[in-house]
Amino acid sequence: MSTASQDVATRNGVFARAAIYAILILFAVYYLLPLYVMLANSLKPLDEIRQGNMLALPHQWTIAPWLSAWSTAQIGVSPTGLKPYFLNSVMMVVPAVAISTILGALNGYVLTKWRFRGDTIVFGMMLLACFIPFQIVLIPSARILGLLHLAGTVPGLILIHAIYGLGFTTLFFRNYYEAFPTELIRAAQIDGASFFQIFRRILLPSSGPIIVVTVIWQFTNIWNDFLFGSSFSSVDSIPLTVALNNLVNSSTGVKEYNVHFAGAILAALPTLIVYIVSGRYFVRGLMAGAVKG
Amino acid sequence: MTQTQAEIAPALARTRRAPRETLQELLPKIVLAPSFALILVFVYGFIVFTGFLSFSGSKLLPDFSTWVGFDNYVRLFRHPNWIVSLKNLAIFSVLYIVICSVIGLALAIFLDQKIRGEGLLRPIYLYPMALSFIVTGVAWKWFLDPGIGLEHAMHELGWDSFSFRWIKQGDMAIYTIVIAAIWQSSGFVMAMFLAGLRGVDNEIIKAAQIDGASTLTIYRRIIIPLMRPVFLSAFVVLAHLAIKSYDLVVAMTDGGPGTATWTPALFMTKFTFGRNEMGMGAASAIIMLMMIFAIIVPYLYSELGQKK
Repeated sequence: MSTASQDVATRNGVFARAAIYAILILFAVYYLLPLYVMLANSLKPLDEIRQGNMLALPHQWTIAPWLSAWSTAQIGVSPTGLKPYFLNSVMMVVPAVAISTILGALNGYVLTKWRFRGDTIVFGMMLLACFIPFQIVLIPSARILGLLHLAGTVPGLILIHAIYGLGFTTLFFRNYYEAFPTELIRAAQIDGASFFQIFRRILLPSSGPIIVVTVIWQFTNIWNDFLFGSSFSSVDSIPLTVALNNLVNSSTGVKEYNVHFAGAILAALPTLIVYIVSGRYFVRGLMAGAVKG
Repeated sequence: MTQTQAEIAPALARTRRAPRETLQELLPKIVLAPSFALILVFVYGFIVFTGFLSFSGSKLLPDFSTWVGFDNYVRLFRHPNWIVSLKNLAIFSVLYIVICSVIGLALAIFLDQKIRGEGLLRPIYLYPMALSFIVTGVAWKWFLDPGIGLEHAMHELGWDSFSFRWIKQGDMAIYTIVIAAIWQSSGFVMAMFLAGLRGVDNEIIKAAQIDGASTLTIYRRIIIPLMRPVFLSAFVVLAHLAIKSYDLVVAMTDGGPGTATWTPALFMTKFTFGRNEMGMGAASAIIMLMMIFAIIVPYLYSELGQKK
């Protein structure tokens, strides 16, 4: 595909093109550097970080920091490594993503194909909910979770994440279904198809891409969340991001930088893998979240 | 405008009102209702709750028995930590928004020059967006740490006079947060601009080329002005991320050294849960909300309005 601005490009001189490549590669180095530093130093013994050069590859390769970060590192009061927190995050993310995605799909369906008076206001209010600073709901949320006896539990975090994800999931599905031909739905209705039949047989089969976008978006956001995790979790429901922060910023003991880096990569791995496997959808989700309409 | 089935269906149902039709007619609203009710309570109800708290004398727990009027707000704006937080937010958001936009636009324009390896470069620019701010914070915290990071590495390489200890200096630490935040978000801004550039109409460019306009002129006078909606979107996204900035600060400096890197979001949690000043914490959250709404509401209004 030859696009307009690319046609401009062909008129650049050799020198200009070399400069452009140099700048692009320089920035690639900038973006890769922290990942390289984390990876290289997570495979070094601690002495080598303290005395050596953080930018150098390991002299003596070791996977001990990774094993320590996963299963034996001291986090809070117990030497459990990140493993139990990793599991907490998984148990929190999967239901929260599922619930918010299903509700978002139904909301998007209603808001586009069963329009009613005031639907724009309803949608506007759900959309605005995407952008509130979550500090504003921290105190009452803590209160409600306490009243529901969900304070400090994984189900409590699932509830919170599912609710505050609704705005975005509704937005994604609404924008997607808006472009879906309404004639098809009218025809099905004349044939006697019910509300749910139309959703299941007509809309759902062609919703593949938007489901992927929404699931990735929700997964990334909830997995990476720190504020809710740190505010509403107790010892046995702490999610991975909070555990990682406890590991790195604990004031006691020797700072095991190599273990910190290994832990950071472990925490980043699930979202990185999702990004590598389905980057196209990931970017589309980001754009949909940014450019409304 | 053709009449949609959504308008026909209720009309049909009204003419011959059998119980089944009534249910079908109500079903969409029944399906939407739980989500909307949750949003009403958990978002708007909670905003009102926090609003009331900000006028109460709450300390450790919500306490609606003592009312203090605007006292919490007065104390807030007289508190040095809040002033530092606001100053940091100003520095952070201006640098973050401007530099992210400049880098994003530049990379997008360069990538759009029929670059070989674009498919490889683009994901490299974008992957930081998939990471948690905590991970980003850990990476940059140790990389910028003078004891083991960049400074130490330069000394090891023989450049003994090299000094870079901003993260330990009260007056400079906020800039290290800016560096890490730009690293995380600029690739995303690049993706937004690139999508915008690829949407520019070919014919306009062709016409300008025929008129003998130089590449620079075409970008400066035609393409970049056409990017105005992208600039606006980027501004809104970055500004609201800046006001919310919390995780990255916690992971990198936890507000330190001293209170040098406090932000409003950090102030809110520290005062509410750390110092048992729930009234002031609520007041600070209300101020944050007002800042975000000042940016988002006009934007959403114009975006939703255009669709009509």
